Amino acid sequence: MNEELIVSGRDNLLIDPHLHIWHWPIALDLFLGGLSAGILFFAALFFILGKEGKYTAAVRKAPLIVPFLIVVCFMALFYDLRHKIFFWQLYTTIKFQSPMSWGAWTLTMTFAASVIWAVLHIRDQFPAFDWKYKWLNELENFFRKHKTVVAWIMMFLALILGVYTGILLAAFNARPLWNTSVLGPLFLTSGLAAAAATIMLAARDTEEISLFKKLTVVLLGVELFLIVHMFMGFLAGTQVQIEASELFLGGEYTMIFWIFVVFLGIIFPGILSVMSLRGYRIPVILPAALILLGGFLFRYVFVYAGQLSRWLY
Amino acid sequence: MRYAMAVDTKKCVGCSDCVVACQTENDVPIGYCRDWVVEVMDGTYPQLEIELRSERCNQCENSPCVRCCPTGSSHFAEGGIVLVKASKCIGCGACIASCPYDARYFHPKGYVDKCTFCIHRVKEGMQPSCVAVCPTKCMYFGDLDDPHSDVSVVLRKRKSKTLIPEAGTKPQLYFLI
Amino acid sequence: MATRRQFIRISTVSAGAVMAGMAGFRLLASELTEGQKATMAALNKRTPTYCEVCFWKCAGWVYKNDQGAIQKITGNAEDMNCNGRFCPRGTGGVGMYYDEDRLKTPLIRTEERGKQSFREATWDEAFDYISEKIKKLSADYGPECIALFTHGSGGKYFTTLLKALGSPHVAAPSYAQCRGPREVAFQATFGQTLDSPEPLDIRDTKCLVLIGSHLGENMHNGQVQEMSDAIDKGATIITVDPRYSTAAGKSKYWLPIKPATDLALLLAWINVIINEELYDKAYVEKYTYGFEYLKEHVKDMTPEWAYGVTTIDPTVIRETAREMSNAAPAVIVHPGRHVTWYGDDTQRLRAVAILNALLGSWGRRGGFYRAESAALPEPTHPPYPVPKRTWRTEFPDLYKLADVVLANGVCDASVPDPSRNCKFHGWIVNGSNLIETLPNRANTLRAIEALELLVVIDTMPMEITGYADVILPECTYLERYDEIRTGPHRKPQIALRMPAAEPMYNTKPAFWMARELAKRLGVIDYFPFETLEEQLDWQLKDLGSSLEEMKKVGVKTFDRPNDDLFFTPGEEVEFFTGTGKIELYSTLLADGGFDPMPRYTKHPEPPEGFYRLNYGRAPMHTFGRTSNNPNLTDLMDENSVWVNPRVAKEWGLSTGQYVYLENQDGKRSEFPIKVRVTERIRWDSVYMVHGFGHAQKKMRRCYGKGASDASLITNVMLDPIMGGTGMRGNFVTFITDLVKEEVAS
Repeated sequence: MNEELIVSGRDNLLIDPHLHIWHWPIALDLFLGGLSAGILFFAALFFILGKEGKYTAAVRKAPLIVPFLIVVCFMALFYDLRHKIFFWQLYTTIKFQSPMSWGAWTLTMTFAASVIWAVLHIRDQFPAFDWKYKWLNELENFFRKHKTVVAWIMMFLALILGVYTGILLAAFNARPLWNTSVLGPLFLTSGLAAAAATIMLAARDTEEISLFKKLTVVLLGVELFLIVHMFMGFLAGTQVQIEASELFLGGEYTMIFWIFVVFLGIIFPGILSVMSLRGYRIPVILPAALILLGGFLFRYVFVYAGQLSRWLY
Repeated sequence: MRYAMAVDTKKCVGCSDCVVACQTENDVPIGYCRDWVVEVMDGTYPQLEIELRSERCNQCENSPCVRCCPTGSSHFAEGGIVLVKASKCIGCGACIASCPYDARYFHPKGYVDKCTFCIHRVKEGMQPSCVAVCPTKCMYFGDLDDPHSDVSVVLRKRKSKTLIPEAGTKPQLYFLI
Repeated sequence: MATRRQFIRISTVSAGAVMAGMAGFRLLASELTEGQKATMAALNKRTPTYCEVCFWKCAGWVYKNDQGAIQKITGNAEDMNCNGRFCPRGTGGVGMYYDEDRLKTPLIRTEERGKQSFREATWDEAFDYISEKIKKLSADYGPECIALFTHGSGGKYFTTLLKALGSPHVAAPSYAQCRGPREVAFQATFGQTLDSPEPLDIRDTKCLVLIGSHLGENMHNGQVQEMSDAIDKGATIITVDPRYSTAAGKSKYWLPIKPATDLALLLAWINVIINEELYDKAYVEKYTYGFEYLKEHVKDMTPEWAYGVTTIDPTVIRETAREMSNAAPAVIVHPGRHVTWYGDDTQRLRAVAILNALLGSWGRRGGFYRAESAALPEPTHPPYPVPKRTWRTEFPDLYKLADVVLANGVCDASVPDPSRNCKFHGWIVNGSNLIETLPNRANTLRAIEALELLVVIDTMPMEITGYADVILPECTYLERYDEIRTGPHRKPQIALRMPAAEPMYNTKPAFWMARELAKRLGVIDYFPFETLEEQLDWQLKDLGSSLEEMKKVGVKTFDRPNDDLFFTPGEEVEFFTGTGKIELYSTLLADGGFDPMPRYTKHPEPPEGFYRLNYGRAPMHTFGRTSNNPNLTDLMDENSVWVNPRVAKEWGLSTGQYVYLENQDGKRSEFPIKVRVTERIRWDSVYMVHGFGHAQKKMRRCYGKGASDASLITNVMLDPIMGGTGMRGNFVTFITDLVKEEVAS
């Protein structure tokens, strides 16, 4: 028999019996960050491809909610901080080795980009909008003139943001469940899929809806592939990684992950989208809502399960 | 200058004096601890083996916590001791999540706290509180770059190990076995 | 049914309790906390004390932070008890001071509307009540009917008070409930008792035999330190224990002995050492008496015989005996501390003493040294009145060899009994939680019921306080002066205790309490000094020191009057025994009608489905005294019952599960206890740490946590020689189907 125990009664709040410092605010932030990144990515992509007129929901409508999503991200992150009055210290330095520093700056810059983009398209919703200040009008014109540049920057930032949500967790080798390089691309794909689902919901043009349905199916497929690959990686990895993966292969998160996240959040909406493409009448809200819920749940489960995985005790 | 600590598992009796002394020395709030004692027991009665060791932050050389801190609050001080500057700490918890030894915790005031190798004492030429109080004198501290320091001498004399070296953090807390 | 005295949970809220503003929160969100800055600055602002958490009395320094609040306690580097290093209990002594559950004000029992409770009282009210009662009891039955139970520094003053009144009945539970048998055994063998700390030269020993000692979990500071020194020097440790203790983990030999058979092993060792001529011939020849009797006595107690009794391999028995002999005279067969196990404990300790004598360790380096104490003058006072009756005059045949008053004896003699015409009517209890200390709790409660006065002096609302008529809250050792420590050691050394802070709440030192009572009882002449400071200064000046000096240095060491730490070769030594020699054959025991040499007797084994209840210590706690200490509950806040995996499998128990324990007499533990499934315990026993399972709700940190082993000790095996209460003859079984219940208020 082997016993390994702490005999001095260590019971540090949120550390013992297992780490639980991060809760739903972080999951929400990761999800909304991924979603925002995806929406902005598609907006920038299709603008650059010259499809602004064709895919209006992607380029012009959906991005309008992104500033608000990112504000919610900031609020969630701020809420999660435990030494709030010093939050501004985040912006006094850039630490290139710290994914959290990357995240803080990227999110801020993405927010700026999304605001600019939203401003550029505000008259789609509010035609009579007027800044009332001359310099603001001039600023808007400046950005309109350089819209392509803005789009490229935005696409670049969106990609970083989308990948960052995964890399943030992946950089913690102390939590074996998270410490896989697949997590970055996986969360990016998941974010893109969620964005595609949102755009699908927002779109009115049948061609656009159809395109994004196809994109959704492809992205969900890739996501599924990456998930399977991730688990294969765990099982072929070190002891701690095998133990971490067991949380989902017989452990306490098995049901919730495979049924709610994978089946209801990825496979089922994928099937629904395929059926819809084949002509069956499926209200688009159904797969879209499932994908969005599944996306959030994915991050929620991962944030919690990751804190259960450890090297010691 | 590279500070390090060694704990002799053959002499440690698991009394946890190191934990209480650290608490009173460093104002660690009741309910929290910066160091702790682990018992590892192996075998079947009566062929048994036991190892007792006092653990804390390993003041790693390749420390993931300093690396992932977004504000630079977690930093290296003299001798490689890892410190947290409370006025730069935003309480995000990244360093806590990044530590494979679970050595850090949130102080009730919001900033992150952990063992500091009693740097305030070390600067004055004293030993860390835990080393100074240990009744079995099983703890050694000093500068690894000084071949005559307590810790250098004992690491030359005895076999030692570190915890999960495969995590790649280059810990500076050694256990004499 | 109206009972004389109900158990009351202390229910007062701190009226008039002045919470020292600095108590508790002294933290700043800056690089260096106040405490750390204070550490650097305060090295000169420290006051000396000696610890009161256990009986070792290590001397140390109390540091205060910038706000003047007590911050931390460290050891005094000059102190021979601790060598500058306090143990976890001593380091955690600050918790005793800051514990908000402390007794805060005097309390008197009242009866209101048929329910008994405590009301807060002034000191005058409390003292008047007590002195009136004492006067009445003295008048009715004689002052001898009042007894004092004590464990702690305050005992000295109440002893003076009691003796001044004419009662010799001062009992320390640490005798018959703990070390009594070995005192008698060593007295009978070597002519002197061991006292505290024991004069063991562990740091220079080459072989330490721990039979019945779990040093390392038992945190006798100086001894644990010296054991560590011995390990550094390559000493061999031989541990005999049915449990894989921490010491066993550091031993070259661990003998996993069947419980209750230690005496057989000791006798077999004696057999081997005599027959293989491994004993110190010159020493035995010169200093001992009765060798031939002993040799004849043990001739059949071979290792093979012992194997059948103890399950220890005979080869191992021989090997370990030779190991001891190789190391001799630098060998110590440790006499243990809490040795009241099965009722034949005096005899078992006799075997330990004999073994030490054969190996020649008594008076030799690496064995037992000759301790010296400093001698302080006693304040002059009138001679104590001679008691008309003592327990010895009333019970001449009982426990003949006990030379001190037995706590359990007093307890028994407080229960009304038609066969006796005398009984105790009043108890003063100082710093001893008799409910947890005395085995056979039902008997203790019967005794308490029959008392007319029960005064309890304590710092915490321990269970005994719930039965008191008057509770006097003492301030902790950090808030008072006490007698100069003059405990024996390798050199005479004195240590000062002075207050580091004013008494918190409405608490007072025991010296003041005793003195106030003395005033009212007309015996103030026995307390010639008005303050303890005056007395200490007077005493210290006699030794060539002063209070002022001691406040600066904390401890002062003197040279031995003679250079006689160990026997010099060929030295003529007289031992205070009947024959003037070390008695392997004890004339004292023979005269008393007891076996002059130990004999093995079989003790009852656990019935089917029951397991022997073994209990012990954890290094972060001491007795039940520290169970509520915030710093120490942080380390350990409940005990667990160690269960062997085979047993656990049988019962379907897993680590972390809570079960109730029930003993052979049907007594069930009040609270459930956590299970620890471990290979470290034998399949016929369970093990738990003593001091938990408290039933006082006002001790908020420890109430209901863990289980009380003391409550399950209902079968007491009395040692006929000196009245020791053997406690290891109890067996428990598991009750797994009860849900953890709230105790009825």
